[in-house]
Amino acid sequence: MRTIIFRTIAPYLAALMVLFSIFVLLRGHNEPGGGFIGGLIAASAFAIYGIACGVAAVRRAITLHPMTISAWGLFIAGLSGLPSLFMAQPFMTSQWWYVHAFGVEIPLSTPLFFDIGVYLVVVGSISSIALALEERESD
Amino acid sequence: MAATDSAVDLSQAMRLEPVLPADWLLVAPLIITILGGALCLMTRKNTAAQPKIAIIFLTLLVFACAGLLAHVLDKGVVTMVAGGWLPPFGIAFTVDALGATLALTSSIVALCAAVYGISDVDNSGRRYGFYPFLLLLMTGVCGAFLTGDIFNLYVWFEVLLISSFGLLVLGNERAQLDGAVKYALLNIIATTLFLIATGLLYGILGTLNMADIAIKARGAGTDGPLMTVAVLYFLAFAMKAAAFPVNFWLPASYHTPRIVIAAVFAGLLTKVGVYALLRIFALLLPDARVALADLIALVAIVTMLTGVLGALAQTDVRRLLGYLVISGIGSMLAGLAIGTTPALAGTIFYAVHSILVMTALYMAAGMMRALGGSYSLRELGGLYRASPAFAAVFLMLAFAVAGLPPFSGFWPKVILVDAALVGGHGWIAGAILVTGLLTTIAVGRVWIYAFWRGGAEGTPDGQLMAFAVPAPGAVGANVWLPIGVLLGLVVLLGVQPEFMMQVSGRGAATLSEPMGYLRSVFGEGAL
Repeated sequence: MRTIIFRTIAPYLAALMVLFSIFVLLRGHNEPGGGFIGGLIAASAFAIYGIACGVAAVRRAITLHPMTISAWGLFIAGLSGLPSLFMAQPFMTSQWWYVHAFGVEIPLSTPLFFDIGVYLVVVGSISSIALALEERESD
Repeated sequence: MAATDSAVDLSQAMRLEPVLPADWLLVAPLIITILGGALCLMTRKNTAAQPKIAIIFLTLLVFACAGLLAHVLDKGVVTMVAGGWLPPFGIAFTVDALGATLALTSSIVALCAAVYGISDVDNSGRRYGFYPFLLLLMTGVCGAFLTGDIFNLYVWFEVLLISSFGLLVLGNERAQLDGAVKYALLNIIATTLFLIATGLLYGILGTLNMADIAIKARGAGTDGPLMTVAVLYFLAFAMKAAAFPVNFWLPASYHTPRIVIAAVFAGLLTKVGVYALLRIFALLLPDARVALADLIALVAIVTMLTGVLGALAQTDVRRLLGYLVISGIGSMLAGLAIGTTPALAGTIFYAVHSILVMTALYMAAGMMRALGGSYSLRELGGLYRASPAFAAVFLMLAFAVAGLPPFSGFWPKVILVDAALVGGHGWIAGAILVTGLLTTIAVGRVWIYAFWRGGAEGTPDGQLMAFAVPAPGAVGANVWLPIGVLLGLVVLLGVQPEFMMQVSGRGAATLSEPMGYLRSVFGEGAL
């Protein structure tokens, strides 16, 4: 597996996949995509990087332990349901803010943060499993 | 997007009236446990902080559940629909006295377990996530008790199942993996059956909202596919609740994990299965319950008797207690088989009693191990001398589980026996009484061997073998405290049962007269 071609291309491929996963995450509200599928793409990017360059390199690259990333995701997703408490609306009612920046209207919303949470949970848990399996193989 | 909003009449699709802050109590247990679990998971390398975070959040959970119960007792059944979408399309959380009582009892038990776990779970157990798993287990348990949507119930079952897998293999010993495989396999089969039944139910009725199912199923009769769905549900939840003949996973797995984890499992997991049976057969498909009543009665009686006979045959205290859990499940199913409002109230009361007393007994087993160095009745002995106070505590818990007054086990059995005799189910009443007698013998055996006998097996009567008296402080305050709290509740329910009788009566009334439940979901005018 660890041919020179693969090892050379893997970092670029992984970076591209992470970028694409964020694109998929952000378009998810109105079009096909979203946090879950985006998270899977990012996790497979880490898996590819791990196959090419070793698990240790991946762990260094993502700094945090994958399960900690998952925990942050769960935390963000949980919090995203709370703002409606202050609007006298039920749990998880979506709130929208329209931000104008650089002459463009950017819609921000609680579903977006929920989706980011899902993304992080999926990235964390799937790459945690994938890295553990790859580590076992390289023993 | 903002422009199109004004053209649409949102009141057709959403509930627009403002939500009172008190209604947020419905989802507070889930938010608290999810956020607490996430925080514990983030900081799980910091083993000293883990119990503190968990205990803070579980205390919050107890308060939230107590507030929720007070809210429900005050307002009747309450509903919150996620995002405000109108039922049956929005995902509803609908809480009645039954759900709120069980959620409160479970949260108390979880808090006790977190305190007990300070000494029982070492640093490696904490790093592998005992506290995050415990909090997320509570997310699943509370979610199951509070949801008003049957698919959502499935999701919460998955949440608690996955957390329980994690807890069960914590420590990674061979026996644990062996137990976990049996537990996982049976539970996955049960969950899959649950999912299949839910799919079929959706195909037949076209709805997943529990209140909507209750309305539509009342006109549908008991023939054909709906009956198939009911039988599938019964099998799935009987597996979860460990009813005979699908109970063998419980004694095969509950003695393998750490004792505090076994205590939580024994208290909570099977009771969630019983809760689901109550919800589905008493509220959603009452016609099917009538049609299946004889089967449920048979399963209940056999579960009671095989459970307690299994307990009589065991020498490992933990396995013995596992069989007593099963025997208790039989008593709860008996109430469902009788099906009258008092019988359902008896089942609810029994569930609360069983959650408290089984957890306390498993914790007591942990204490027996700490004092006597073993879980085996052959090796234990002389514990009365080691700690007379603990001997008294164990005796009280033993009386409670056997259903002797003045402890919590007495009243639900009285209600159930009375309801059985009134309903003409003499066999059920007889089985409950015989089970009570046999349970007394089973726990009496533990008492005689572990506490009265002077030493390990073979010690002659009246002689006290020399044994290592544990150092003072071997059993710390964090062990005494949770057992003391649970014992206090057991005694309180025994001597002051009025409150719990009233609450379980209200829970049962909602199940058999669901008008309040339906109104809470669909609004006053809709029915």
